Amino acid sequence: MTFAALAAASGPVIPNFAAQSSSCEIHNRLFCAGWVSRNWGPVLWPALRQHIVLALVAVAIGFVIAMALALAAHRYGWLERPTTLITTILYTIPALALFELLAAPVGLNVFSAEIALVSYTLLILFRNILAGLRAVPAEVLDAAEGAGMSRTQTLLRVELPLALPAIVAGLRIAIVTIIALATIVYVVYDRGLGVPIHTALGEGPFKTELIVAGGLSILLALLADGLLVIAQRLLTPWARIRTS
Amino acid sequence: MKIADTAQSEGPSVFAQAAELELRNVSKRYPGQREPAIGDLSLTVPAGEVCVLVGPSGSGKTTAMRLINRMIPITSGDILLGGRSVLERDPRQLRREIGYVIQQVGLFPHQTVGENIATVPRLLGWPKDRISARVRELLELIGLDPQEMTRRYPAQLPGGQRQRVGVARALAADPPLMLMDEPFGAIDPINRARLQDEFLRLQEMVKKTVVFVTHDIDEAIKMGDRIAILRDGGVLAQYDTPREILTHPADEFVAQFVGADRGLKRLALTKVAELKLAEPNGLRADLRADGRADGVRRVSAETSVRDALSLMLTEGGEALTVVDGDGRVEGLLTLGVIEQLLADEAAEPAGDAAEPQPEGPR
Repeated sequence: MTFAALAAASGPVIPNFAAQSSSCEIHNRLFCAGWVSRNWGPVLWPALRQHIVLALVAVAIGFVIAMALALAAHRYGWLERPTTLITTILYTIPALALFELLAAPVGLNVFSAEIALVSYTLLILFRNILAGLRAVPAEVLDAAEGAGMSRTQTLLRVELPLALPAIVAGLRIAIVTIIALATIVYVVYDRGLGVPIHTALGEGPFKTELIVAGGLSILLALLADGLLVIAQRLLTPWARIRTS
Repeated sequence: MKIADTAQSEGPSVFAQAAELELRNVSKRYPGQREPAIGDLSLTVPAGEVCVLVGPSGSGKTTAMRLINRMIPITSGDILLGGRSVLERDPRQLRREIGYVIQQVGLFPHQTVGENIATVPRLLGWPKDRISARVRELLELIGLDPQEMTRRYPAQLPGGQRQRVGVARALAADPPLMLMDEPFGAIDPINRARLQDEFLRLQEMVKKTVVFVTHDIDEAIKMGDRIAILRDGGVLAQYDTPREILTHPADEFVAQFVGADRGLKRLALTKVAELKLAEPNGLRADLRADGRADGVRRVSAETSVRDALSLMLTEGGEALTVVDGDGRVEGLLTLGVIEQLLADEAAEPAGDAAEPQPEGPR
């Protein structure tokens, strides 16, 4: 059990209330900087780190699965409909319900958490990767074939590079979605920014913990999105020229 | 082997190879269709010549072209490149030895112009410095700045330049054969004429065997050493030199296809210098160097007879003074001279010019 979880269990009182709390905390002001600096090391930073790992692992695994599905559907067109159907169903299951569904067979652990998160990335990533691959102009593929490229060479040298903007667009949506969604992972696995948020919700009027943990989740999503935008600009210099 | 020069290029500045192409009873039949797309097509393109496949839509000209590099599998018959059947080759290896140019160019938008041109040499595994030397050479050949083009992307070029790059990309590995599918079809008329002239100049230098597909008979006449006219179902209606096709169309279909103005088109193929000109009526040639002394407009001997005739009609003269490059008078061009030309050509027995010409380029 983490420190924060212990605190939550002990009742609505803020941890170490009597010993260290400032007047800010006593008066339940909206934001208490002192609380943040005292709890950064023991509570917030570990939760943020866990959150990053949860999200990155989910998007990475989701990306690998979605890429495999998209490549298969690109080659065998009939796979698109069943794959879209299944990933759409996964995407539409309410997140809390999915966690509960998984908890019984899989257990309250990292696997339940990641399986649920991964399942929410699949539709977004599959659709975007496939759309990117299909948007490669027919004459470009014709030229590649006429130049004597094999299928694999065409895929690696022409199709995937040209699909990159669409793939990155999918990754951006996926990572932002998963960072937000990972805040409710705590119901099956007590890691991530959801833990302090949940604690704060249980603590009554004190808002600092909720604001900081929620704010960190938002900032993390924006940062991940921004990093992907920068990565795409570096990887696809030609795409900017085309639109300008 | 009928490769004009079988030696692989030593240095990058060599366009060494051109190979004879032979189609032997080639047919293509798509499953579920009663009529074949290509029916029993046989023709030979001598090494270094431009063969234009022309015909109305549905005549299978593009299909015929794509059978050659096996982009479309052949149903029966055989295709020989340099005496060797393409059917025994690995399709990808084969395509790397055949330049391929299409109407929409199909440059890779994510690669610089230089990288685009390097496509086939890279597939062939050439060393880096040989590739970059080759790319530089080809860019110079098509009149683009090598320094700039290794940084530029295709989207930054106007259409005409993109098409030039497409041709350079096809030429990069010095292929013995080039396939060109309506390469200038998407270009506006002024730039198209320029690109056509440029390609003919380029072809003078590189002397590739070229299969050129178009639906435009004028382009076929301009570009082709030989023209293969296809009719519905991929049947060869006539395979001959442009002049022969215009003078002696094999049948009503060909005559209709080349158009009622085929007499004028023939005139476009002939330069004034090739005519038996009329005597300048006792005028001393040296005194008539300005061509206007007797009120007659002058025209260069290098002008096509068609343009000269047009000039005659618009300027209202009965004759033109023909001068050579140095301005010396060679004779008079009159309507009578032109009529004589048409009559002489028509009198030639059909098929005379269709005899297999000596091997190699024109």
